[in-house]
Amino acid sequence: MVIYGVSFLGACYILGQLVGEFLAKWIGVKANVGGVGFAMLFLILGHDYFNKRNFFSAEAEKGILFWSQMYIPVIVAMSATQNVVVALDSGLLAILAGVIPVFMCFACIPLLVKLTKSPLNN
Amino acid sequence: MEIIVNFFEKNGLIVAFVVVGIISYLGFLISKHVLKNKIPGAAVAILLGLIVAYFAGLHTGGSKGIADISILSGMSLLGGSMFRDFAIVSTAMGASFMLIRQTGLAGAISLVLGTTVSFVGGAIIAVFFGYYDAKSIATVGAGACTFIVGPVTGAALQASSEVIALSIATGVVKSIFVTISTPFIAPYIGLNNAHSAMIYGGMMSTTSGVSAGLAATDIKLVPYGALTATFATGMGCLLCPSVFYLILEKIL
Repeated sequence: MVIYGVSFLGACYILGQLVGEFLAKWIGVKANVGGVGFAMLFLILGHDYFNKRNFFSAEAEKGILFWSQMYIPVIVAMSATQNVVVALDSGLLAILAGVIPVFMCFACIPLLVKLTKSPLNN
Repeated sequence: MEIIVNFFEKNGLIVAFVVVGIISYLGFLISKHVLKNKIPGAAVAILLGLIVAYFAGLHTGGSKGIADISILSGMSLLGGSMFRDFAIVSTAMGASFMLIRQTGLAGAISLVLGTTVSFVGGAIIAVFFGYYDAKSIATVGAGACTFIVGPVTGAALQASSEVIALSIATGVVKSIFVTISTPFIAPYIGLNNAHSAMIYGGMMSTTSGVSAGLAATDIKLVPYGALTATFATGMGCLLCPSVFYLILEKIL
């Protein structure tokens, strides 16, 4: 049944986010630390585990795939609810401090890719 | 009229499905017929969303874009962090654990480097604009990480509310800029595989920017980028008000 997949996805989400909340509390940070990341790992590992034991029907997988296809629409809704006005009207400082570090970070990516890729390939 | 407004408000989420469908359809139409598929439909739809949010914000004076129009208030539910994170998690279905493990270390390095570079960049610009106290500089620098790290750091350091507002605005600018620029910059930085996507997620820090930027570039990369980006806000909240602030204070 489709609901099994949705339920499994929901369980991974809740578990992962909770781990993120507790991890944050443990290291004394006022934000969720990697909750989504943990949830994704649970989903990947859990799906693999149940799949090997034939617990996961194609029907149940549809329940997860539906939401991954809803991803772009959700992102469209997210961008339509951003505070774009404050971003554009908040003056040069906010715009420069928001844009220039992004370019610096973009510049670091090829470097880091090169640095971290070679030892793995050799 | 009142009946319609009440009805739309009560059924907000369903209204949001319809509205997002229309925006997406327009995005794909524009992509196909006006831009001749040079910019992917998803990217155009996301950009349309931002444009709509801008005009809605001008019209209402609120902070939630189109969701401040009461008949469209359901948009903040569909576009809020709950649905966003739920959908991000679901994209992990197609992700490979092998690839993630191989890039794990690189992802961790990119997290630290991304937070540091963003903070330093933001801090230098704050100094250029005449902020010379460590608290304000650190808060703006933290805002250059994400729009959550900024206010969390500002509150922890008891920065002025003006500076905190500035740091939120900085983070929002960053998130929007990452969204728009990623599909254009991707070919130049080799952003076309799981390895570089995980590094990109850590370097860019902003979950909303990364998730939207990758959606507009190549949806297969979303889980890898999101996986590291989701740790970045925690990393920023950890480093900015503590280590980075103390180093700043020493320098000044």
